[in-house]
Amino acid sequence: MATVLNQYVRNVFDTAAAVFEGMAVTCSHFVRTPSTIQYPDRTDVRVQDTLPYRYRGILEVDLEICTGCLACERACPIDCIVIDAKKDKATKQMMLNRFDIDIAKCMYCGLCSEPCPTGSIHHTPEFEGADYSLESMLRRFVKEPVAAYKPKKVEDDPKIAPILERGMKYLDEFAAAGDEIEAEAEA
Amino acid sequence: MLQEFIDSLIADGLFGGLPRDVAYLIGMLAAGALVVFGFVLNVAGITTFVERRVWARIQSRVGPNRVGPQGVLQWLADGLKLLMKEEAIPFAADARLFKLAPFIVTIGFITAFVAMPFSSALIVADLNLGILYITSMTSLVVVGIMVAGWASNNKWSLIGGIRAAAQIVSYEIPAALSIFTVILITGTLSMQSIIQQQSWLPWDWFIFHNPFTFIGFFVTFVALLAEGNRTPFDLPEAESELVAGFVTEYSGARYLFFFLVEWGNLYVISAILVTLFLGGWQVPMIPVITDSAFGLNLLQALTFVGKSYFGVILIMWIRATLPRIRVDQLMTTCWKYLLPISFANFMGTALWVLIWPDGFLPAELLMTALGFGLVGYFFYRVAYHLRRSGAQITLSPLS
Repeated sequence: MATVLNQYVRNVFDTAAAVFEGMAVTCSHFVRTPSTIQYPDRTDVRVQDTLPYRYRGILEVDLEICTGCLACERACPIDCIVIDAKKDKATKQMMLNRFDIDIAKCMYCGLCSEPCPTGSIHHTPEFEGADYSLESMLRRFVKEPVAAYKPKKVEDDPKIAPILERGMKYLDEFAAAGDEIEAEAEA
Repeated sequence: MLQEFIDSLIADGLFGGLPRDVAYLIGMLAAGALVVFGFVLNVAGITTFVERRVWARIQSRVGPNRVGPQGVLQWLADGLKLLMKEEAIPFAADARLFKLAPFIVTIGFITAFVAMPFSSALIVADLNLGILYITSMTSLVVVGIMVAGWASNNKWSLIGGIRAAAQIVSYEIPAALSIFTVILITGTLSMQSIIQQQSWLPWDWFIFHNPFTFIGFFVTFVALLAEGNRTPFDLPEAESELVAGFVTEYSGARYLFFFLVEWGNLYVISAILVTLFLGGWQVPMIPVITDSAFGLNLLQALTFVGKSYFGVILIMWIRATLPRIRVDQLMTTCWKYLLPISFANFMGTALWVLIWPDGFLPAELLMTALGFGLVGYFFYRVAYHLRRSGAQITLSPLS
């Protein structure tokens, strides 16, 4: 009888103590700073700007430094890149007539940006790609035929130099990442 | 109160030559409309908004903050949306009962406001069996819930309705017994008289009257939570098992009525507790404010609503803390724990009143100290959890 009563009182006390402690935990959460990020309109900085440098968002092409080598088109596993590059017989220059990327098909694998010799084709941190029609998701980068970029030993055109610098930095990031992985594998 | 007011209006010739009963009827309808549209609907609506914000903060979110400044109009948007929705009545349902059920529930809830004392003058009717009237009217809700569960012709609804009936009928007993401990002290059932026997000083509140009423407060709180179908006793509408319980088949305006009752009930529960145990509308005599009758009543009403709203937030907070209990645990809690404890409370208070008919001040002071000590220890534990987590603190409710 005594043990039964003992157990009874202990049950009541345990329940009260558990509720008391639980309420203290939730009350401490009540005054904590909410961790919600109120995307898209109530953030301190654009969310795109907070993403890491190598974030694989929507593809972008810097035509100024595109050599028309078609490496990206060949690398693309789902053929969402279509390039039409022909040599102009009169000027002996590679002419880019068409450079289309179908963002609707793209799976953001990043295989196209790896073989690019100048870092012309690259991912941006932009990810808001929603649109009302499939057609408008086809990005046409060549508005009118332009000459492809010809690599020089030292780039001296002040307009192109910063773009090339950015492109090479993008490629270096891949190389660095590769080195890290190799180092990890060795260690 | 209302009757005297209408009598004075008749004497002023406002109703012309209308028969007295018709004048009373018009007066009652006007008062009812005023209470429902001026207070009940708004309180229930604003409670839904506050509840969502309180939960959100407890769960490290911010909650609705887009409709109107800080999202304060969210409840209006939700209500209007539900009003404009098409109402679907299941083909196999008992259409008449199905349509009737929400109104039975709503009547059971809204009529409780008749004897709700907001201030020393602001009460529709100070019935001499006030608290008994309120408990019996709120029990009418169970009839509506049973009818809703049955008429929906849906297994989930039926199980929800039966669970609600079993739960509310069971918990009525400890609730009533704990309420009677207060009646033993006051010797009256009238809501106003119960409050008048307390004062604004905490040790004159009935919660601190003696150790038995102190426990009785918590028993009443738990039992009323169960009667209001609130977590951890929300078995009748357990989302994870019964979809939405007895409201599964309801939509549109009729669903809105169930919604209204569920959230409005929070306020009724808190108001009953505040009246019985926490001193009701009692305020200290502040010379400038309480000199005029209007100022006094305004302060009293603000005190009452403020205290009640603290209870509402407490209930929300419990919902954010505790998981739902099982059916057998629900019955165990009621019959094996709350019922014997409330019987012991009843006997204990009866003895106490026999020995000290006018209360025993040292015990009251001791109980008050114990109560505030518990609150102090509670905040010590909160501070401990905050320190241990090392989390950032934001006290502003804005987002």
